[in-house]
Amino acid sequence: MAETRFMTINMGPQHPATHGVLRIVLELDGEVVVKAVPHIGHLHRGIEKLAESKTYHQVIPLTDRMDYTNAMGNNLGYVLAVEKLLGIEVPKRAQYIRVMMAELQRIAAHLIWLGTHALDIGAMTMLLYNFREREEILRIFEEVAGGRLTPTYFRIGGLSKDLPEGIEKKIKSFIDDFPGHMKEYETLLTKNVIWLKRTKGVGVISKEDAINLGVSGPTLRGSGVKFDVRKAVPYSSYDEFDFDIPVGTVGDVYDRYTVRLREMEWSNAIVKQTLERLPKGPVASDNPWIVLPPKEMVLKDIASLIRHFKIVSEGFQPPVGEVFSSVEASKGELAFYIVSDGSNHPFRLRIRTPSFCNLNALPKMIEGGLIADVISVIGSIDIVLGEIDR
Amino acid sequence: MVEIDISVKKLEEKFPASILEVKTFRDQVTVSIAKKDVCEICKFLCSDPDLQYQYLTDLCGLDLFPETPRFAVVYHLYSIKNNQRLRLKARVGESESISSVESIWKVANWFEREAYDLFGIPFENHPDLRRLLLWDGYEGYPLRKDYPVEGPDFDKPFVPEV
Amino acid sequence: MGIETYLENTPLIPYLDKVVNWGRRYSIWPVTFGLACCALEMMVAAASTLDMARFGSEVFRPSPRQSDLMIVAGTLTKKMAPMVKRIYEQMPEPKWVIAYGACACSGGIFKTYSVVQGVDQILPVDFYVPGCPPKPEALLAALVELQKKIDKESLLDRKDVRSTLELG
Repeated sequence: MAETRFMTINMGPQHPATHGVLRIVLELDGEVVVKAVPHIGHLHRGIEKLAESKTYHQVIPLTDRMDYTNAMGNNLGYVLAVEKLLGIEVPKRAQYIRVMMAELQRIAAHLIWLGTHALDIGAMTMLLYNFREREEILRIFEEVAGGRLTPTYFRIGGLSKDLPEGIEKKIKSFIDDFPGHMKEYETLLTKNVIWLKRTKGVGVISKEDAINLGVSGPTLRGSGVKFDVRKAVPYSSYDEFDFDIPVGTVGDVYDRYTVRLREMEWSNAIVKQTLERLPKGPVASDNPWIVLPPKEMVLKDIASLIRHFKIVSEGFQPPVGEVFSSVEASKGELAFYIVSDGSNHPFRLRIRTPSFCNLNALPKMIEGGLIADVISVIGSIDIVLGEIDR
Repeated sequence: MVEIDISVKKLEEKFPASILEVKTFRDQVTVSIAKKDVCEICKFLCSDPDLQYQYLTDLCGLDLFPETPRFAVVYHLYSIKNNQRLRLKARVGESESISSVESIWKVANWFEREAYDLFGIPFENHPDLRRLLLWDGYEGYPLRKDYPVEGPDFDKPFVPEV
Repeated sequence: MGIETYLENTPLIPYLDKVVNWGRRYSIWPVTFGLACCALEMMVAAASTLDMARFGSEVFRPSPRQSDLMIVAGTLTKKMAPMVKRIYEQMPEPKWVIAYGACACSGGIFKTYSVVQGVDQILPVDFYVPGCPPKPEALLAALVELQKKIDKESLLDRKDVRSTLELG
């Protein structure tokens, strides 16, 4: 009797459908996946170690580059953690603008997910439509913050500067057009026979497995667990807005798809509410040790110049202690754990990213399925390698 | 913080010898425990019907260089039912090891591999303890305090082995 | 392999050069090599607002054996470096490399233990596009400059490469 062996295939780090440099070693029995082992680390840049040699302000651009599809959300998570450590309050106008930017960024991140997921499965039109919408959002970011992909807009204690003139009209025209675009996406994919056949019943993960494997975000909500950090532990005035959490039932790729589509609609509604109710006032806290003075005063007054110089070169010294603070990024629960020993560098900055745990759940979802479903599942859990490897 | 007091009280009743210290900073509770009882304490916290800390949010290492024991392993637990967070800290010496909690929460598999990779803390009873983020054959543990940020051989040119 | 080995320096060469370069510069096909954040800006350059296909880069081939250009977009780490080198060696001649982004040019903001300080430590680079991330229009500008550079090349330039190889 001949001995049967499984075929080992390497889905290498350079691959058009792994979103970044991910390597999976698959063992196949014909077309059925028997075992899958992901190998990561090809984008490990040492951000946690680098943060230990920089001041607290200088770490903000590093957080932009982790999950590069959701840069404003990462900034928000870090800035909230440091503000908790210091124990300072942020004015209302700054909190509302932070919510507006974070939700616009969530829409942009989900648009990338939809475009690349559909491209992997074969529907190339969605990519072109989604990138056209995303360009509108990136133009808004460029006008507000100066950068398209890595805006670095938030600062510890508030924002770097106020919204420019005329931006509210542009945001309003975007959110008025967006529901029409959502209808276009739904007609293309939601009841499409090919899409249903490739996504229904594929990559199922049960509720208990998802909780045990530490999955979070739309991947967890697709399995039926109604957990969202914005509702459970509200931060930055999220409890003043009116929105709902979409939940799936089965936990397959199609459920995660519908959950993210509904989330885009709710994000649009939240941005509309912030625009209508935006209060007037300062955009940064008035603590002189942390927030930079306005530029006109720096150029005229020696005390402001000294203050500006000290904050930029040395930073501030927070109290000794440790904090853990989490936000809902577009992919799940993003958490920062900062240990401070009283000096102006963080003693330890630990970043818990959602894609790290979601990828850990990947073998559970694909073992026993066909090899063509591996691509659908990777697209549906929406991983970004910059976040996994840090 | 009524529920947090219940968790700490129940822990103190069941494991009085293992709880070393309870600290509160900015409304967050840290419980320092002895490393030999990590597995039992975690099993109790996960399976107790009132507490139900079934979600392990994070597991990381910490290097407190001149102090001994040198390392600490920090666990962040979350209970979805009660909406409560708890932090556990266990100190580990330089050449000691700590038992793995992978049998309780499967997500700890990769967290512990990362702590081993970057700090050098070995975990007992781990199914597959090897380097995760750095390549096999890498020498040194980067996140320790006595390791330079640029790496030890920054001034030598880099030649990849193809 | 390649007709360049058998060419001598005849007066026909400039006309042959013109035709061959015209073909090469208007059909540069890149290989998908997006590593990190700059990959998203590269995708924007290929999407509908700034179409890269109108310059000739119609498709991004996933296989290196069918492509001419490697755009290294993103941070190169020491773990990934052997794979970049292997893929570069799998590409057939003539081939060009664009280093897109600060991390590919010189390591970027990451001066750490695991990042290669610039792709030119392991590959020969033709164009450097600085920025973090550079605007996608900058990638199109680099592509146009590359087309102008190809126009100035001659078939006899690559003869030395060929003559050092063993021919059957």
